[in-house]
Amino acid sequence: MCSCYYSSVWLHVNTGECNLASKHVPLQYLITLHWFETLFLCVFQRMPAPIRLRELIRTIRTARTQAEEREMIQKECAAIRSSFREEDNTYRCRNVAKLLYMHMLGYPAHFGQLECLKLIASQKFTDKRIGYLGAMLLLDERQDVHLLMTNCIKNDLNHSTQYVQGLALCTLGCMGSSEMCRDLAGEVEKLLKTSNSYLRKKAALCAVHVIRKVPELMEMFLPATKNLLSEKNHGVLHTSVVLLTEMCERSPDMLLHFRKLVPQLVRILKNLIMSGYSPEHDVSGISDPFLQVRILRLLRILGRSDDDSSEAMNDILAQVATNTETSKNVGNAILYETVLTIMDIKSESGLRVLAINILGRFLLNNDKNIRYVALTSLLKTVQTDHNAVQRHRSTIVDCLKDLDVSIKRRAMELSFALVNGNNIRGMMKELLYFLDSCDPEFKADCASGVFLAAEKYAPSKRWHIDTIMRVLTTAGSYVRDDSVPNLIQLITNSVEMHAYTVQRLYKALLDDISQQPLVQVSSWCIGEYGDLLVSGQCEEEEPIQVTEDEVLDVLEGLLVSNLSTPVTRGYSLTAIMKLSTRFSSVNRIKKVVSIYSSSIDVELQQRAVEYNALFKKYDHMRPALLERMPIMEKTASNGPTEIMQTNGETEPSVPDTKHLPLVTQPANQANDLLDLLGGNDVVPVIQTTLPTKPASAGGELLDLLGDLSLSGGLAPAPSVPVSQPPFLLDGLSSQPLFNDTSAAIPPMTAYSKNGLKIEFTFERANPNPNIAVITIHATNTTEADMTEFVFQAAVPKTFQLQLLSPSSNIVPALNQGSVTQVIRVLNPQKQQLRMRVKLTYTHKGSPVQDLAEVNNFPPQSWQ
Amino acid sequence: LVTTGVGAKTYRRIRFILIQNRAGKTRLAKWYMQFDDDEKQKLIEEVHAVVTVRDAKHTNFVEFRNFKIIYRRYAGLYFCICVDVTDNNLAYLEGIHNFVEVLNEYFHNVCELDLVFNFYKVYTVVDEMFLAGEIRETSQTKVLKQLLMLQSLE
Repeated sequence: MCSCYYSSVWLHVNTGECNLASKHVPLQYLITLHWFETLFLCVFQRMPAPIRLRELIRTIRTARTQAEEREMIQKECAAIRSSFREEDNTYRCRNVAKLLYMHMLGYPAHFGQLECLKLIASQKFTDKRIGYLGAMLLLDERQDVHLLMTNCIKNDLNHSTQYVQGLALCTLGCMGSSEMCRDLAGEVEKLLKTSNSYLRKKAALCAVHVIRKVPELMEMFLPATKNLLSEKNHGVLHTSVVLLTEMCERSPDMLLHFRKLVPQLVRILKNLIMSGYSPEHDVSGISDPFLQVRILRLLRILGRSDDDSSEAMNDILAQVATNTETSKNVGNAILYETVLTIMDIKSESGLRVLAINILGRFLLNNDKNIRYVALTSLLKTVQTDHNAVQRHRSTIVDCLKDLDVSIKRRAMELSFALVNGNNIRGMMKELLYFLDSCDPEFKADCASGVFLAAEKYAPSKRWHIDTIMRVLTTAGSYVRDDSVPNLIQLITNSVEMHAYTVQRLYKALLDDISQQPLVQVSSWCIGEYGDLLVSGQCEEEEPIQVTEDEVLDVLEGLLVSNLSTPVTRGYSLTAIMKLSTRFSSVNRIKKVVSIYSSSIDVELQQRAVEYNALFKKYDHMRPALLERMPIMEKTASNGPTEIMQTNGETEPSVPDTKHLPLVTQPANQANDLLDLLGGNDVVPVIQTTLPTKPASAGGELLDLLGDLSLSGGLAPAPSVPVSQPPFLLDGLSSQPLFNDTSAAIPPMTAYSKNGLKIEFTFERANPNPNIAVITIHATNTTEADMTEFVFQAAVPKTFQLQLLSPSSNIVPALNQGSVTQVIRVLNPQKQQLRMRVKLTYTHKGSPVQDLAEVNNFPPQSWQ
Repeated sequence: LVTTGVGAKTYRRIRFILIQNRAGKTRLAKWYMQFDDDEKQKLIEEVHAVVTVRDAKHTNFVEFRNFKIIYRRYAGLYFCICVDVTDNNLAYLEGIHNFVEVLNEYFHNVCELDLVFNFYKVYTVVDEMFLAGEIRETSQTKVLKQLLMLQSLE
């Protein structure tokens, strides 16, 4: 190319002559020639004019691979960069446009930022346009460069051409930072008051942006809003409503101020509906639906929690609701907004029913968008307008079968919200069917929902158990972990269903052992009620004939199966062990247990070893330990019984401690207390004392377990809290951890004699309102310490008592300190609390003993 | 629903408008909120992933992060608007359709290539109809008139 250019230059200059060098050329000619040379040289060494945007796009689109495209882009970027360096005004616009295109494809284009600013400062409209576009695409408030724009924008806001002003407003409204907004808010406000509707629209939305960025400037726009609503131009009206909405949402004062506009808004809305065909703003036969929607939203905000405004709106809302055509999406959009408004303001009940009926109609619509929208809104209103929503229950249940995932989910949530005592059977049938066929992502939620609903509304125990079994068999692997203990509690409590339950569970187990929760519950039940199973007594359904060996086969199968998790194996081993007292084939069980005492799984091995020991050394204790579980107290799902249950099934070897006091009589102070108090109507106290005192009721067993020579140096049995009554397992620390929900219970002085004063303070254990927690404070006013201080208490038979360890057994002299001890009293029958206390201590060298009766408990402590 | 008062947390407005084709190429991206460049890229990819797997039996609304995307497919292009969860879905669906009709009028039976070669004009259309994250002008005739005026200034 070089030589051709040169040669064409030569040809141009040397018109006619072919060989310059040979001729004698006058000097002037040479100089001109030289000048021409350098001129064209300069022109040549300058880049050729940058290619047009269209060409670039076309070229890039011909690239077949990503690498090719990248190469082209890089080349063009380099060209653009050098072009920028030359400060060429004519082509800047074109270059920036190309840069923006490349930016849209995803390539970096930041070197063009300053060029955009230069374009904005130019006088040509096309330059400005590309410049502002570039600014909006490439700049944002994090770069300080954008502040340079502020001056340009200010000038352009005052430009003579409205289109330039419009550009500036647009840019400010899209990406103006807080500093820019602060500087330019005044200009925007001025433009808000202009009569040019084109600009007013833009200014209104720009004001919205300013307010969002700098809320303090809101008051500045207040005077300009006065006349906004009286505009005829829909565009201005629309944007003004947006502005008003923004102001009302942000400031309660503005809200109050604008409340008086409600009548005007109602009028505008009425005109919109009533007026005939207006071609400009018509969408499918409805005049300016966007404006209608915005006005409805503003009315919603204004009418919320205000009776007068709500009343003023009632008529128009009813009118919109009934007159809007529903065949197209447009009409439905308006109706939807109307429904939202009706629900949110203080509307009269007739209107609310109308709204819910509209939603019900939506549910029948073919368009799934509308169904989805209806379900979402119904979910929001089901709490407040429950009865009205119930009417549409069947439609909602049908939506469970919809194809769209989000609709199904909404329908499921709504169905659960609608379940009540009357429709539980029908609903549950549908929901269980849904559980069978739904996607895995729903199963967990659905299963939990079914459990909750069944718990609340089960018409009969058998139905409840059947439902739960159905869930376990269909979605067993998806149920949540806490459902296993819940279920066990439920089964234990329905005493008359034990045989039926265990039979059904056994049959389920024969079919399928892969679903762990089901397997766990089944093995627990078989362990507990295996005797019922084998004896073939079942009233509810046909009893199956099964032998002990078959049952043991099944349980052993669980132990060896690969599908069983370690937890499940634990369950089944314990179940087998329990059967040793219920079945007669003890030898087989002994064999199984001894096999597993060398299992690799630590948990399993530990259990097996303990059970082995139970067979060998402590066989006399086995029946007591493996007795049937008692009925558990039914509390809220997180009550202490929960913990007892988990302890119950993971460690069924924890002996049923309620029986313990009958098994072994404590041969210590507790006995003495019994004697003293006549024994008949008093339940012996199980007391935890300082380690120096001999252990109480379960003490023998504790010693026994401690003596066990566990092979492999295993940690001592986790079932340590053996000696404590089941309901107090969570209160292992000596300090009550519960909130003082009944701070009003006044403390009382229980005993005051010979310088020893004992005060009781009360708290209520949060999870279980039947448990009262009493803290005793023992203080000593004499000059000598009271050492070896022991506090004992006994309560009538209907109560249960637990004493936790005292803080110390020395009550310091002269009130220098106190001994505190926590007593927990279970009072399920809410009888008046009475207590007998026995105090022993050594004072000034001589032992002191005293008995007292405490009757002055404040009523709140036992009510 | 929106809490009133200063510091209202939910911004009820459009966060971005996106036009993408089935392959994931962006034909227009208008952002009304501040995002980093890499955040923008990530959002674009995520939107593409979410929207292209849905077909006719799905609704036109997707819950996406803590916003909502309302989209509609026209030929090979997906028009997506990202709004707040409490916004009126159906109204924005109408908004999209309005916008597409204007594009159709302006470019005389618009096709994807028109949007590619005249991308800056498409931005102008967007800016005429939406501003600061709100719908600005809804009358198609008015918008077209303004666009023609702007074109004559070139």
